[in-house]
Order: sequence, then C-alpha cells, then structure tokens
Amino acid sequence: MKVIKIDKAKWNDGLEALNGSYSLFGPVKQNECYEFKKLDKDEQLDLSGLNTRMSAKGLIYPHTEAMFTYTLDEGEENHHIMQPADKDYSPRAVIGIRPCDADAFLLVQRNFDTPDYKDPYWIQAYEATTFVGLACNNPCRSCFCTSAGSGPFHEAGLDVLVVDAGDYFLAKAITEKGEALLKVTGWDNELDSDTAEKEIAALKNDAEAKISSTILTDNLKEMPITAVYDAPFWEDVAFACINCGTCTYVCPTCWCFDIQDEVHGTSGTRMRNWDSCMFPLFTLHGSGHNPRGEKVQRVRQRFMHKLKYYVDKYGDGIQCVGCGRCVRACPVNIDIRKVCDLMNNYDEATCAAQ
Amino acid sequence: MQNPYLPYPVRIDEIITETEDRNLKTFKFVFLNDGDEEKFSYQAGQFAELSIAGKGEIPIGIASSPTEKGFVMFTVNKVGLVSTFLHNMKMGDIMGIRGPLGNYYPWDALEGKNVVIIGGGFAFTTLRSSIVYMLDPANRSKFGDIHVIYGARSPGMLLYRNELAEWEARDDINVHITVDATDDPDWKYNVGFVPTITEQKAPPADENTYAIICGPPVMIKFTQPVLDKQGYKHDHIIMSLENRMKCGIGMCGHCNVGKEFVCKDGPVFTLAQLSHIPKEY
Ligand SMILES: Cc1cc2nc3c(=O)[nH]c(=O)nc-3n(C[C@H](O)[C@H](O)[C@H](O)COP(=O)(O)OP(=O)(O)OC[C@H]3O[C@@H](n4cnc5c(N)ncnc54)[C@H](O)[C@@H]3O)c2cc1C
Ligand code: SF4
Ligand code: SF4
Repeated sequence: MKVIKIDKAKWNDGLEALNGSYSLFGPVKQNECYEFKKLDKDEQLDLSGLNTRMSAKGLIYPHTEAMFTYTLDEGEENHHIMQPADKDYSPRAVIGIRPCDADAFLLVQRNFDTPDYKDPYWIQAYEATTFVGLACNNPCRSCFCTSAGSGPFHEAGLDVLVVDAGDYFLAKAITEKGEALLKVTGWDNELDSDTAEKEIAALKNDAEAKISSTILTDNLKEMPITAVYDAPFWEDVAFACINCGTCTYVCPTCWCFDIQDEVHGTSGTRMRNWDSCMFPLFTLHGSGHNPRGEKVQRVRQRFMHKLKYYVDKYGDGIQCVGCGRCVRACPVNIDIRKVCDLMNNYDEATCAAQ
Repeated sequence: MQNPYLPYPVRIDEIITETEDRNLKTFKFVFLNDGDEEKFSYQAGQFAELSIAGKGEIPIGIASSPTEKGFVMFTVNKVGLVSTFLHNMKMGDIMGIRGPLGNYYPWDALEGKNVVIIGGGFAFTTLRSSIVYMLDPANRSKFGDIHVIYGARSPGMLLYRNELAEWEARDDINVHITVDATDDPDWKYNVGFVPTITEQKAPPADENTYAIICGPPVMIKFTQPVLDKQGYKHDHIIMSLENRMKCGIGMCGHCNVGKEFVCKDGPVFTLAQLSHIPKEY
C-alpha cells in the first residue's frame, strides 16, 4: 500500500484540509492528562502524550447515548411509542489513535456486529469513522501489547498508520477508507513503497524491542472453564479490590452497558450507559437474589471474561490488547498481567495434589 | 439496518389477576401495527422484553402459545420498578414488546417423545405455552404421553386455574396439581411439595422421556435428586434459567453464565450443559 512522506511543517495543513469532509477527533491535553475530543475549528491536537487516560472507545460507543425518544402526553400522536433518537453518522476521522485502541474495536466488533443481531449505534458510528493511527515509538512501561495480540505498529483496525520518523511523518494507507482520507489532505509526496516499508519496519523493530512487559496466554484455551473458575487464587486476587469499576471504565475492550429511561415532564429518552461487572447491581435480581453478590465473584468475572470466556467463545486470543490502562489506573494495583500468569500457569492436577 | 432495540407498539387488551395475593397478573396484548404479529413469530419457551415508556424493560417468558392467534400473553409477578408500574396500568394503555428472544424448548428433539413438565410457583408461564402448544389438535399426535406436575403454596396461588381444571379432565394429558398445604375441605387434588409428588407420579425414565423443569431454586434443588433417582439422564432434563439482563440479544453483558448468555444461548439449557457452566444464576 502506498506510503506518503509528510513534512512536519505540512502536517497541520493536511488536517485543516480534512475539516470540510470530516469531523476531526484527536487527543488534547486536559489538566495533566491526554483525552480524545472533538476538535473545534481552530483547535490542534497534541500528539506528544504517550496514550490517553481514557481509551478511544467512547468515540464510537459513547459513555451515555440516546437510543429512543418518546412522549408520555396522551394528547399527542404516537404517545408512549419509541421514536429513533437523532443521530449524526456523517464522516469522522480520529487522528492520533494508538494501534492498541484501534485494534480493540475489532475485538468489540464481535460483540456488536453478530450474525444474529446488529447493534445499529455501534456499527453506524464505526463505519462512519476513519482511523488514522500513530505508531508508538516509545511504548509505556506498563504496555504489554505485543504479547496480547497487538503491538506498537499494529495495523489491524487502522485505516492509516502514521509513523513519526524524526523530521517527518510517514503515512501508510492500510485500507481504501484510509487512502480516500489521504487524498483529501493534499499530502502528496508518495515514496517508493519498498524503501518506505523498510524504514517503517526498522522503526517497528526498535519500538517492539522496548516493550519489556509480556504475558503468556498459551494454556488458557485448553483448560476447562470450571477448573480455573474454581482455582484457589481468586480470593487473593480480589482481596484489595474496592470494586470502583475504574478498570472496566478505562478499558478499550470492555463493552457492557445498561439501558435506562429518563423522563423530564412528559418527554422521555431511552438511554444506554456504560456499565461494569464490578458493581453488585449488575447482576441483582428483582427478588434480591444475586448470582455475583460477592466481590470475589465479580473480580473473577472480569478476568474470566477477558482471559477465558472470550478466548473460548471466539477462538482468537484474549479480550485485551495490552494497553496497560487498567494496570496504571487501579487504585490498589491489581494487575491483569499477574492474574493472567496465575491463570495460564494453573494446573488443576498439581494444585489438587498439594 | 433493523434496530433490535425497537419494540413493537402494543395495547393492553385484557388484565387478569391470577393469584389471591394479587401479586401475579396476566396481560394480553394486541399489536398496534398490521404485520407485527407475524413478525413476532415465536416458539414455546422464548421470552420478550416488555417495554414501558418512562420506566424501562423487563424480560418475561411468553405465556401464550404459538397456536393462539390475535394476541400475546404474559404473566408478571410484581417485584420492582417496572413490574409494579405494569401492575398499575389499565386496559387500553400503550406500551411495547421486543422479541421474541432466546432459544426455546427443543421441540424437534421432543417429537415422538414423552414429555414430563414439572413446574412450581409462578415459573409456569412458558410451561403453559408448551402445554397449550402440545395439546393443539394439529400437534398432539407428535408427542407421546404428557405428564404435568404443578405446585404452588396454596390453591389460590396456582396460575391459570380454569385451564388446569380443563386439562385435569382430559384423557390425553396426566395432570398432577399440588399445593404445599390447604385447609380447603373441597380440595380434590394433591397436597405435598413438588419433589414429593414428582417421586410419586413422574413416569420412570427411559430414552424416550424428557423432563422440562421450571421453578424456584429450592424446588429445583430438591426435585433434581428425585429425577436422578428415577434414572433421568442429565441430557433428558431441560431447564430454563433467569438472570438480570438488559438487551436480551447477547450484547449488554449482564446475564452471562460462563461463556453463555442466558438471553441468547438460553434461557433453555439441559442439565448436562449446565454441568460445564459456572453456577452464576
Ligand atoms: C428469561 C426470563 C424469563 C422471565 N420470565 C418471567 C415471567 O414469566 N414472569 C415474571 O414475573 N418474571 C419473569 N422473569 C423475571 C423478571 O424479568 C424480573 O422479575 C423483572 O425484570 C423485575 O423487574 P422490575 O423492574 O420489576 O424489578 P427491579 O428490581 O426494579 O429491576 C430493575 C431492572 O433489572 C432487571 N432485572 C431485575 N431482576 C431481573 C430478573 N430476575 N431477570 C431479568 N432481569 C431482571 C430488569 O431490567 C429490571 O427492569 C423472567 C426473567 C428472565 C431472564
Ligand atoms: S480498578 Fe482495581 S480496585 Fe477498582 S474495580 Fe478494578 S481491580 Fe478493583
Ligand atoms: S484489560 Fe487492561 S490492559 Fe487489557 S485492554 Fe483493557 S485496560 Fe488495556
């Protein structure tokens, strides 16, 4: 695929050229952290941060979003009948997303875009978006993307990969969507693709070599669900957890949601909001019975879902891209890498013999 | 793109108070738009999300049978926010139904087989659907012997009492109604808990006999050993699970038991399947 060399001085011109055709989203610095946001006309994105505190998932799957609206006024036509909420699925471009976050959308897609049912909100937002990723030359210390099926230059899920090569950027078109976006930018210094690919490959090797943190997942698929579910380490793993839900909130691959009705006067909205398996209410029956009423059951659910149920269900790796956010954000230092080790090394037979 | 969250608009056509404590009401709905009834084509064992604008949605088993046309019917226990609001609604009110959702009892596998239905309390809704479906003149010959064991706390707590009496009088179905206790001198059926009556009345197990069992957890806990003792194999014992859920289509993440979703992979599972699944229900 074609690779374009972009003089850093021309970077902003290209982004400006996109303005008429796309709404632009990208990281900006807010207080001490980097966060994705929709860029105002003259606002510039800031690519100097390592990664955003929150993942990019909210760009496609907002933290809270309207599904339907309705009126409860019996004098009005169609009262009490759900009407589709107004949506804007015009083209958008996300600039500066990291490869792990883009890859995460592909894992989440399996949940929202299924042979049986299609989630129209997620799918339409995803299809409307072009992802221009920024390769990580200097990954964070807590990243373990390379052993979680992703990587600092990982291309899956991206439409364009941008590599910072010092004085200039290299932009590699990965999909047709990406190529179409590059056309609009006006950047036109196309390189010989073999030479350019070699340059990118060298930077990629350097970046991957800097990742010191890894996990092993090779045994997860084979072990029986009930064996690892009943493993003795869950109490220890869960001991310090305060069930704050931060880990699921910051995670690009956590997708659970709640549906709630909100009413003001006689007009109402049916909303969906992110939810978390870390909260007791998540599974509370109306009768008072709660299948995951204990903290240890909820902590186990989070790790079992990511590292076992997902693995078994889709047969294509774990539900984690190794972005390291949950490790950095957990107030009590619960670390998915350590839990993954415990699970992957778990041998029912040896444990039972002890 | 079809929106799986959009309910069909319906009107409440009839409300029947089922039990003496008035906590269970049956609602019959008719679809407002032509063609929606056909789109809502279901099988016995499936459920739907009942949608009330301003309050929310609740998953409820479909109590009517696919053989009954012109309406759909649900029996709802008054529990919390949405179900309590529904209990206070009136005939003619407008709401929504989303579905049908979930899998259903394995009607293909049950063809030519004897079916033993064991139910307790208000978890009799999709069992009613199943009985009406099997007794339909077009279907009755597809099944062998049909046994029904159904119990409630007291005579006034039984659902669908008129139909129970009708079935009791028929000779193509063996109905064993029971109550935990009663001081009604005219009570002419059984007295005793469902597991005890199952022990006395359920036919012996064989390759051609399947049990479908739905009820409160304690009933299931004590009935299962009885079926074991009678020799029912675990892939011949069929159960329907319940878990808190929101979407009903396997996306919101609430109702999982292991890698299965109660809403989409269930609610119907065999006991054999459940033995490989964490008991988070
Ligand atoms: C497949 C299936 C079939 C069911 N069939 C019936 C039936 O035929 N008759 C009947 O009376 N009840 C049935 N239930 C249980 C019924 O869904 C709950 O009693 C009901 O959701 C309680 O809602 P609420 O708003 O009144 O209570 P609240 O406690 O206020 O619940 C708030 C919300 O949580 C969810 N929720 C709470 N409890 C449950 C639960 N046990 N199961 C699923 N979601 C829950 C609902 O979205 C509910 O609106 C069934 C549940 C499932 C999963
Ligand atoms: S962030 Fe840490 S403390 Fe909070 S719920 Fe997750 S594991 Fe528990
Ligand atoms: S589980 Fe943790 S490391 Fe993995 S993708 Fe989610 S936030 Fe990142």
